[in-house]
Amino acid sequence: MVLMAIGLAAITYGFTTNPHRMWANLLVDNFYFMAISLCGTFFVAANYLAQAGWSAVIKRVPEAMGQFLPFAGVFMIIIFFAGGHDLYHWTHKELYNPASPEYDKIIEGKSGWLNMPFYSFRLFLYFSVWVLLTFMLRRESMQEDLDGGLKHYNRSMVLSAIFIVFFAVSSSTSAWDFLMSVDTHWFSTLFGWYTFAGLFVTGLTAIALIIIYLKNNNYLQQVNENHLHDMAKYMFAFSVFWAYLWFDQFMLIWYANFPEEVAYFYARWNDGYKILFIGNFLINFICPFLILMTRDAKRKMRVLQVAGTIILFGHWIDVFLMVMPGTMGKDWGIGIIEIGTFLGFAGLFIWVVLRALSKAPLVAQKHPFLQESYHHHI
Amino acid sequence: MEVIMSNKTILGIYSDDELLVKGARQLRDKGVKIKNVFSPFPIHGIDALLGIPRTRLAICSFIYGVAGCSLAILMMWYMMIYDWPSDVGGKPNFALYMNLPSFIPITFECTVLCAAHLMVLTFLLRSKLLPGVTAPIPDVRCTDDRFVIQVSATEANQNDIISILKQTGASEIK
Repeated sequence: MVLMAIGLAAITYGFTTNPHRMWANLLVDNFYFMAISLCGTFFVAANYLAQAGWSAVIKRVPEAMGQFLPFAGVFMIIIFFAGGHDLYHWTHKELYNPASPEYDKIIEGKSGWLNMPFYSFRLFLYFSVWVLLTFMLRRESMQEDLDGGLKHYNRSMVLSAIFIVFFAVSSSTSAWDFLMSVDTHWFSTLFGWYTFAGLFVTGLTAIALIIIYLKNNNYLQQVNENHLHDMAKYMFAFSVFWAYLWFDQFMLIWYANFPEEVAYFYARWNDGYKILFIGNFLINFICPFLILMTRDAKRKMRVLQVAGTIILFGHWIDVFLMVMPGTMGKDWGIGIIEIGTFLGFAGLFIWVVLRALSKAPLVAQKHPFLQESYHHHI
Repeated sequence: MEVIMSNKTILGIYSDDELLVKGARQLRDKGVKIKNVFSPFPIHGIDALLGIPRTRLAICSFIYGVAGCSLAILMMWYMMIYDWPSDVGGKPNFALYMNLPSFIPITFECTVLCAAHLMVLTFLLRSKLLPGVTAPIPDVRCTDDRFVIQVSATEANQNDIISILKQTGASEIK
C-alpha cells in the first residue's frame, strides 16, 4: 500500500513535470509486470501440457501471478489511447499524407499492420484471450479443490493447449506491437523471441522469489530444496537462453551493418546508454551464469534471493533499454519518476498477487500429481 | 594362533529393483558393507544408499570449459589479430576486443568441444572403461533383467546377510 502511494505520487509528479517521460515510464513498468504476470499463466499451462508432476505443489504461485493481467490490460489500453502519440511515432496522421513535409514512405509501407483500428483490435484481443484463459484455468483449479478427480485436470489440459497456441503467436506479435513499434523504422525478426526469453526468465525468477518469501514466512513448507533446485535450473537455463538471443540479434546486425538495422544499436551505443547497454548483458548473463552454476548454489535460498534480485533488476533495465532510446532519445534519466513508478507498479503487483494467494489454499488440494510433487527428489 | 578372517563375497540376485532397494536398505541398517550393485538401468537413489560421494566431474567440466574458452580466444587472437590481420566486411582487425562479437561463436563451440570430449575421456579413465577391458560383472544376467547386489561378508555375519537377502525376496543367492 505504501509502495502504491509512492507510485501514485511519482506518477502525478511525472505528469505535471514531464508527461512525455511519464508515458514512457508507464510503458516500461507496465510491460515489465505484464510480462511477469503473463509468464505465470504460461508456466501453469506449460506444466499442464507436459503433465509435469513436480510443480503441482507450487502451482498456486504462478496462478496468482496471472491475476495481475487484467490490471496490466487496463493500463496498456490507457497508455495506448491516452499516451500513444508520445510513445508510438506511427500514430501521427501526417506521416501518411504525401503532401505533408512529415510524410514517411517507410512507415506508410508498414501501415497494413500498424494502423489504429487493427492495433486496437489486437490490443483488445490479446488481453481478452489472455485474461479469459487465465481466469478459466484458475476456476478449474478452484473447482478441483472441491471435487477432485481427473475431470478438471483434463479440462485444464485443453485450456492450456489453447493458451499455448495463442501465446505462441501473440507473444511475438504483442512484442512487436508494444515494444518494437516504438522504434517504428526498425525491425528485427528475432525481437519476439528475444522479448519472450526476457519475459520467461523474469517470470520464473518472480515465481522463485515469491516461493522463497512464502517459505521464509512459514508457509508452503511442503516445498523442499528439490523444487527450488528445479526453479533455479530454469532461471539459469533461461538466462543463458536470453543471452543467446540477445547476442544473436546483436551479432547479426553488427556484422551485416545495414544502416536501417544498425540504427537501433547506434542509438543505444551513442545516446548515453552505453553503460546500461553493456551492463544489461553483464547483469543478465554473466551474473546468473556464475552465481547459479553449481548445484549447491541452486539449492540455497539465500543465493537464490541474491541471484533473483539481480535478474529482476537486470530485466527491468532490459525493458528500459527497449523503450527509452526510441521515445526519450538523449533526454533520458533515472530519477524520481523512474524509481517511483517502478515501486508503484511493484506495490500493485504484490498486492494483487498476495490477495490472490490468500484467497485460496496455498497448495492445490486435490491435484492428481500432488503426492508425486511432495516426494519430488533429484 | 591367529584366526584369519576369511572375507568372501555374497551375491544376491533379485528380479525386481524395488526389492533390491529394500534389501540394500536393511543391509545398510545392519552395518553391512555393500560392495556394489549391478543393474540393467540406473536405480533412483541407490548411490545415496551405497554411500557413494557426489561426482566431481562437474568441477572437471568447468576447468575444461575455461581452458577451451581461453584456447579458442588465444588461437583467434594469434590468427586474426597478431599474425595476419585482415579487413573483413569493413571491420579491420586492430584489437581483440573490437572484433570480439565475431569470435564468440567459435569460442562457444571450442568451449563445448573441450568440456564435452575431455569430460567423456575423464569419465572413461576414472571408471577404467577403456576399449578392450573386460567388464567386471559378477553375473551376465545383470545386463538383461536381473539386479545383483554384491556384499562382502565375514564368517561371523554371513548367515545374517543370507537371511536378509532371502527375506527381502532375492531369487538366487551365491
